[in-house]
Amino acid sequence: MEKKLYDKLVMTHKPKEHRGQNAFIAFVVGGIMGVIGQLLVEFYSYYLGLSSIDASIFMIVTLIFLASLFTALGFFDKWVKFAKCGLIIPITGFAHSMTSAAIEYKKEGLVTGLGANMFKLAGTVILYGVVSAYIFGFIRLIIMGGA
Amino acid sequence: MIYIYSFLFTGFVCLIGQLILDNTKLTPGHITSIFVVVGSALDIFNIYDLIVAHVGGGALVPITSFGHLLIHGGMVGATENGFIGLAMGMFDLTASGITSAIFFAFIFSLFFKPRD
Repeated sequence: MEKKLYDKLVMTHKPKEHRGQNAFIAFVVGGIMGVIGQLLVEFYSYYLGLSSIDASIFMIVTLIFLASLFTALGFFDKWVKFAKCGLIIPITGFAHSMTSAAIEYKKEGLVTGLGANMFKLAGTVILYGVVSAYIFGFIRLIIMGGA
Repeated sequence: MIYIYSFLFTGFVCLIGQLILDNTKLTPGHITSIFVVVGSALDIFNIYDLIVAHVGGGALVPITSFGHLLIHGGMVGATENGFIGLAMGMFDLTASGITSAIFFAFIFSLFFKPRD
């Protein structure tokens, strides 16, 4: 009973989040990231004469580089706090989580700190990506017989 | 036109992520994991390929494309070497992304100090 009362009390004092505003900002910022991605793909395929697959890989590497650099310089955290999923869901969130973990745990040592904690957040993405891709790839290979 | 599609698709994916983040207790780690699984699940029947063909580069920006590229690399390997090839080719397309993320994160963390 007391716990219920406590929960109620906590709920009334919780700062109200502006869900609609958050969703709108995430939509706009995410959309801008998509446009930047498309611009980079066209830039690389036009000026470097790459195929569309190579150009998209170049684009992903460019976004990862910029996200890592901005995280290291210190102002990407503020952007993420503002845009939330608008920058976490794009590939920039992957690079941001790795770089911020690396910088944060560096003081605990290069191996036990940086090395052990770098994949704390990004590791789940790789783990579930590989497991699901293997299972679904298996299914696709059986149903559709390959690419 | 392809820019508008890119804007709408990436924005829509981020919007769904933001709605999940605000209305459930899931953390960003949960959400990115879910989106990767969804991305590779959509590729069982070539749905994500269809999206990429229409949306262009914008479809490759969200983390869902990570799952898409994993399964795609696996399928290319599988056509050459069967079921073992699935594992051999798995990281072919994402290798550059993962490698550069690790490399840049390490290099930048050596030169920069944490800020609050």
